[in-house]
Amino acid sequence: MSQGWIKACDAGEIEMEDVLRFDYEDRTFALYRTKDNKFYATDGLCTHGNVHLATGFVMDNIIECPKHNGQFDFTSGKAKRIPACIDLRTYPVKIENDGVFIQISEG
Amino acid sequence: MPVAINKRDYSLIGEETKRAEERGLAAAQWYASPIPRKRMKELMQRKDGPAIFHTLLWFSLLIITGYIAYRTWGTWWCVPAFIAYGTLYGSVSDSRWHECGHGTAFKTPWMNDVVYNIASFMVLRQPTTWRWSHTRHHSDTIIVGRDPEIGAPRPPDLLGMEMGIFSLKSGPRELRKLFLHVFGKLDPEEATFIPEAEHGKVFLTARIWVLIYAAVIALAIARHTILPLLFIGLPSFYGAWLLIVFGVTQHAGLAEDVLDHRLNCRTVYMNPVLRYLYWNMNYHVEHHMFPMVPYHALPALHAEMKDDTPTPYSGLWDAYSEILPALWKQSKDPTYFVRRQLPPHATPYPASMAAAESA
Repeated sequence: MSQGWIKACDAGEIEMEDVLRFDYEDRTFALYRTKDNKFYATDGLCTHGNVHLATGFVMDNIIECPKHNGQFDFTSGKAKRIPACIDLRTYPVKIENDGVFIQISEG
Repeated sequence: MPVAINKRDYSLIGEETKRAEERGLAAAQWYASPIPRKRMKELMQRKDGPAIFHTLLWFSLLIITGYIAYRTWGTWWCVPAFIAYGTLYGSVSDSRWHECGHGTAFKTPWMNDVVYNIASFMVLRQPTTWRWSHTRHHSDTIIVGRDPEIGAPRPPDLLGMEMGIFSLKSGPRELRKLFLHVFGKLDPEEATFIPEAEHGKVFLTARIWVLIYAAVIALAIARHTILPLLFIGLPSFYGAWLLIVFGVTQHAGLAEDVLDHRLNCRTVYMNPVLRYLYWNMNYHVEHHMFPMVPYHALPALHAEMKDDTPTPYSGLWDAYSEILPALWKQSKDPTYFVRRQLPPHATPYPASMAAAESA
């Protein structure tokens, strides 16, 4: 691990306009790939309930929680639809040698 | 030998609430049938087309039946016309309220919000309160002490359920809460699931609703006729019968305190007319397990997961043949519930079943 960058998966493992779960140590993250092939990462659990966002639905830049239909803009982490009221934490992402890396700092 | 009736505390602020939390039943992980991600993505796709068509048809039917009722006022012909109008107003609004509340009926968010608010008024459910109540219902479906929408607590209030045909139990309760909200107060149970940031919205909507009701009542008094109230307000009561017929099939008589929707929800086959009126909510196991799938995709979702769920009921008659005896038995023995059987190759549910047995 260098400067907190962790390889999460190969880019091809995430479909266009979709989300993938990534667990690291005791933490869980959600990795997103947009229609125009950009990658993003957020915390993996919905801030409203104890639910993994990776089984949710991606529409443009929005991830919808599979349990209560709360929505977040995963590019900024902003909560966009109730019951989601608290923003998601986002993480920097980079692509190197076709690998998706996320920068997990402490916290 | 008669069984002693120990009534559980279904409130959201009592001993059962604490017990559910201690047993890990609050906001827990629920079972989900395995469906390939690619297929699930297809099923979750949002569209405006079906809901726009169905909503325009609904409003057209309201206008047509309302016009016939108006024109035939004073004759017996107005009775069937008002039954049709009232049912479209007071019962069909339930499924529109529900689907738009989930935000899945339309692809366009504002369309969901507009229809949600109109349908909320028609079905007499205050929009903000019930949005949060329904959120909790999905987190903790039929978990005693947590779910505010348990329609048939044990022992069931059979008289109250019959009164529900004309919304004579839930209607006055909702009006009481409406006036509480007008004065800027919340019911203590509501306060457990509505965030503080939303309280202002609850109070504002309540005041707007009361102004609408006051205007309709004033018009009725000024014109010396009950007619305005038969069009706005009273249909939430006299038109609620179909809502109850549909709604009771969802969970009544099934297991409490389980973390598997296959045990506490029913899927009931219905004909296309009833499915239109109910917006496919007869696929209730499917809806609860995957609430992000829009109503128009629920039949396809059912086809994907039916080998992992109990055999659906063949119709309302089949469902009520089970529900009515079950409610009767529960009125004598509140520990009784219907145990749903899974098909042979389905994923078994031992852990959640154990929770039900120990309740």
